[in-house]
Amino acid sequence: MNTSAPGEPSASPDTPASGVLILTATAIHRALNRIAHEIAERNEDSHNVVLLGIQSGGAPLSARLAGLLEGIWHHPVPRGVLDIAMHRDDLDQRFAPAVLPTSIPCDVTGRVVVLVDDVLFSGRTIRAAMDALNDFGRPASIQLAALVDRGHRELPIKADFVGKNIPTSMTDKVRVRLKEAQGTDEVVIEQGGTRA
Amino acid sequence: MSWNRHHLLDIESLSAEDLTTILDTAMAFKSVGERAIKKVPALRGKTVVNLFVEPSTRTRISFELSEQRLSADIIHFSAEASSLKKGETLKDTAQTLQALNADFIVIRHSASGAPHFLSRVLNAHVINAGDGAHEHPTQALLDTLTIREKKGRIEGLNVTILGDILYSRVARSDIWALTKLGARVTLCGPSTLVPRTFERLGCRVTHNMEEAIRDADVINLLRIQHERQRRSAFPSLNEYVQLFGLNKRRLALTKPDAMIMHPGPINRGVEIDSDIADGDRSVILEQVTNGLAVRMAVLFLINGGGPQEIAA
Repeated sequence: MNTSAPGEPSASPDTPASGVLILTATAIHRALNRIAHEIAERNEDSHNVVLLGIQSGGAPLSARLAGLLEGIWHHPVPRGVLDIAMHRDDLDQRFAPAVLPTSIPCDVTGRVVVLVDDVLFSGRTIRAAMDALNDFGRPASIQLAALVDRGHRELPIKADFVGKNIPTSMTDKVRVRLKEAQGTDEVVIEQGGTRA
Repeated sequence: MSWNRHHLLDIESLSAEDLTTILDTAMAFKSVGERAIKKVPALRGKTVVNLFVEPSTRTRISFELSEQRLSADIIHFSAEASSLKKGETLKDTAQTLQALNADFIVIRHSASGAPHFLSRVLNAHVINAGDGAHEHPTQALLDTLTIREKKGRIEGLNVTILGDILYSRVARSDIWALTKLGARVTLCGPSTLVPRTFERLGCRVTHNMEEAIRDADVINLLRIQHERQRRSAFPSLNEYVQLFGLNKRRLALTKPDAMIMHPGPINRGVEIDSDIADGDRSVILEQVTNGLAVRMAVLFLINGGGPQEIAA
């Protein structure tokens, strides 16, 4: 489970990325800052907002957004993490995914929940996240923030707050690396080309 | 994390990494049981047959609740009221169940190796819920989860298993799991029930209770299984209590933080005094709760279809 386990060369932050750098550390910071302001603008009742990061990429992003929002609102912003492994729709088509902790800081019923994820792609993760969230209460509304929207939706889902829209082909891989987990802040596209 | 097993048949064939994957996954499932809505859709539309050819209450209800919490559909098949009593073979029974499109078969059987046999003749996922005196893998998983949770680790701990080792599938599975994860295991009980041959599994064997418990971090007490012993393995129950029962006087010899485990059902006044079973060193009820978590984790993990076709 621990992604920082040693002896895994492909996960090493020092491996030079073979792909194209899309967002630098500064650009990521700027994008998150803008998203935080958009969240603040959209939600006048700031005390009602709860941030939930989707495991695992959304967790550090939701922590950063909570920090930025606290700077804007001058009060603590409740924040938690949501794991969606048990709610995936492809469980019998793949090896069992890692199941990470879910931790919801308060009753979400009647609150505005902002889901935070690193990459928005097919939309299936968000479908599963909304399903998982249902088990914890009935939010007044659910909003979605994603650092990267790479298109290719397979469900009628759209983000409320987007850091950067990136046109990709289906086979490309978008790698979001964050200081908290991978030691560096960057978003890279690796060209998929022909599938192995 | 990598998990690509189709069945859970025993602990012996698992690696330390496999065990850690199950325990980590179980921790996430444990929190499901603490929610207001204690159910997730991971096995929605899947059918589980609980094939209990040997009677069981606690393991059966634990599996049943775990399956329900994963949204599976469940069929119970017990020996008393089944065609097995009418002379049907295990293979025919199992193939009948498979013809109903069962996705999982959880089997408890008095014959060692029955789950392995089923895994060879069926396509369904097979989970061993106890086979003869061979293994009881989910019990060992819940025991190790409870130890890891309470002590923060398994490696380097002294774990003493007391009682009827020879006839105990729990002991065998526990020995495999604990030694693979780096614990030092001591076995203790009457020499008829704790033969020296167990030293070959990497355990220390002693027939002196005081010696066995003095340096233990964990003491796991097993029930005397009268139903598996053809002849009585010791002169009298009273003598067993005198020599191997865990009482206040013996508890005082243990480390102050030594924890007391028991897979149940407890024979109060035989292997353990009532006061100790209900005391603050006992984790017997935590073991029951953790049983649900590990069984959910096992069902979830072996459900994986693989090879991986869908990008994460």
